[in-house]
Amino acid sequence: CSTTVFNSNDGTEANRHTETTPSRNEVELNGQPPTARPPQVLTDSEEDEDEELTLKYGAKHVIMLFVPVTLCMVVVVATIKSVSFYTQKDGQQLIYTPFREDTETVGQRALNSMLNAFIMIGVILVMTLVLVVLYKYRCYKVIQAWLFFSNLLLLFFFSLIYLGEVFKTYNVAMDYFTLAVIIWNFGVVGMICIHWKGPLRLQQAYLIMISALMALVFIKYLPEWTAKLLIINASSVDLLAVLCPKGPLRILVETAQERNETIFPALIYSSTMVWLFNMADSAETGNNSSHPVPQQENQVAMAPTAQPEDDGGFTPAWVNQQQHQLGPMQSSEDSRREIQELPSARPPPVEDDEERGVKLGLGDFIFYSMLVGKASATASGDWNTTIACFVAILIGLCLTLLLLAIFKKALPALPISITFGLVFYFATDNLVRPFMDQLAVHQFYI
Amino acid sequence: MTVAVFFGCTFIAFGPAVALFLFTIARDPLRVIFLIAGAFFWLVSLLLSSLVWFITVQISNKNSAAQQRGLLIFGVVLSVLLQEAFRYGYYRLLKKANEGLLALSQEDTMPISMRQLAYVSGLGFGFMSGAFSVVNILSDSLGPGTVGIHGDSQHYFISSAFMTLAIILLHMFWGVVFFESCERQRWWALGAVVISHLVVSCLTFVNPHYQGSLVPTYIILSVMAAWAYLCAGGSLRNLKLCLTCKDKDFLLANHRPR
Repeated sequence: CSTTVFNSNDGTEANRHTETTPSRNEVELNGQPPTARPPQVLTDSEEDEDEELTLKYGAKHVIMLFVPVTLCMVVVVATIKSVSFYTQKDGQQLIYTPFREDTETVGQRALNSMLNAFIMIGVILVMTLVLVVLYKYRCYKVIQAWLFFSNLLLLFFFSLIYLGEVFKTYNVAMDYFTLAVIIWNFGVVGMICIHWKGPLRLQQAYLIMISALMALVFIKYLPEWTAKLLIINASSVDLLAVLCPKGPLRILVETAQERNETIFPALIYSSTMVWLFNMADSAETGNNSSHPVPQQENQVAMAPTAQPEDDGGFTPAWVNQQQHQLGPMQSSEDSRREIQELPSARPPPVEDDEERGVKLGLGDFIFYSMLVGKASATASGDWNTTIACFVAILIGLCLTLLLLAIFKKALPALPISITFGLVFYFATDNLVRPFMDQLAVHQFYI
Repeated sequence: MTVAVFFGCTFIAFGPAVALFLFTIARDPLRVIFLIAGAFFWLVSLLLSSLVWFITVQISNKNSAAQQRGLLIFGVVLSVLLQEAFRYGYYRLLKKANEGLLALSQEDTMPISMRQLAYVSGLGFGFMSGAFSVVNILSDSLGPGTVGIHGDSQHYFISSAFMTLAIILLHMFWGVVFFESCERQRWWALGAVVISHLVVSCLTFVNPHYQGSLVPTYIILSVMAAWAYLCAGGSLRNLKLCLTCKDKDFLLANHRPR
């Protein structure tokens, strides 16, 4: 069954991979894009207050990302530990990793796994470039359709397989009708939440679930050395793609910021609702079909209402007189946008800082969970290695967010965490495990 | 070796620590971050000590059980010393960060005080230490088996759980006393903390004679608890006021009538 999926639906397979690519790498501050804000002259005290607030709200944002990353990892580890399907090697591999790892010599195995990893990274890079090109040339419909189909595959097909395996593990009897109803509801609600609108918590929950499902698929179908090499390659490609001036992801983020749009919610986990001011001027760009409905509603609300019948008592003569005396007062699209973009003109509302959430690409979730899942599946240190990787990844994420607060631009979230994670994985597995085992045998405590 | 044993031992080992986390730390993001950073520091110290132990084992005679035991004891002592060294390192890092932030901001008070940091970092150390000591044992207790079938002690699981509980709480108290003594430059107190940690670890060498290791450990735990309470600013008077619900400051802070 799995083989037919991977061999026949090349298109959808491609879709699945594109999810991982652009999404995996940016961490950016939501809210007003920095380019649109006019320079503000802050006094010293305001700046210091800003620093203090930055610290407090920086910590809040870190926790807002810790929780979903932890949840995703918990789901993956719990599944790996209980459902044996995801650790069984059926001998099937993805079509992107054609070389097998069960060879006679270590050298051959190393070569094969390196080739596999390069092919996969190549595929991911190609997908990223295609996505960036499509985005740059405003083929939003194509991208939307692509993401739609890949999410369809994930939410229906992979969750069906997952549910089936869970039922097998716990020996639960289930009929097809109930299963169909469950999967149908789960899938449809998921599609609505991710691609249209829904409660924030539900959308976040669905994004976590699809990341976990992707990570589980990778853990099952990627052989050991290939998986580790893929993770290493992915984090170095991530670094280059986001930080180099011509990197595809940097182009994507900058284009999105120039156009005052947010990148599609299906690719990015956002910790708060999107601050919708920025959508007001998208009417001018003429892209009214590809934006989600809330933006259109916002446009309607902000469009100048031409209601000559109801001028509220301000007769045209009076208005003309006022305009003559005081200058144009009618708020136009431009003036309203300018006002909206001046946050210092009025005291920021209390919710302002909370609305300034942080975003993390879904691919980051997938790679973090993949690393921790592999640690719990194959490492002989078992729980020690899993816990060590988990803490290392969280600390890496914390450092990345600290750098984000300092540099204030999109940063790759993979390199630091993955480096820490891998270092601790190998160190704990090879050095700490024998030590702790010996201590446990004698019941010594350190 | 059942689910009952698993849950019992888990709750014994981690119950108080998780309760402390939920009630005092979980709501404040800054404290959670410092907790995880503390856990990370403990992990790095463990890594270094395992590295040294591993190297010594590789160059030693693998067949001699006595030598291996001796090397293990050396590993334990080294690990304890490294843990305390990293605790000191974490203290210096926090102090620097504190000073830096204080210099930047206009306010006089930091969002998190040094005493809170001491508590949180101690608990972080404790969590990691407890987790690494006992999680594998707990996961084994879920599966089938008979404890002590070859003549070993039958109380392996429960004694491990109690020992882990003691170690987690001790790390927390050690953290508080350690940071306080560093702040006040009382080096004898620092030495006392290190020595008590060494004593507790060395007491476990007499396992499985649990009366020799568990009982003194709990005595040391109560002594350290009292010391940490005094370091954190508590006193008998405070305790009395708190227990009889007459502590005005606390009541005011929580908006409760006297």
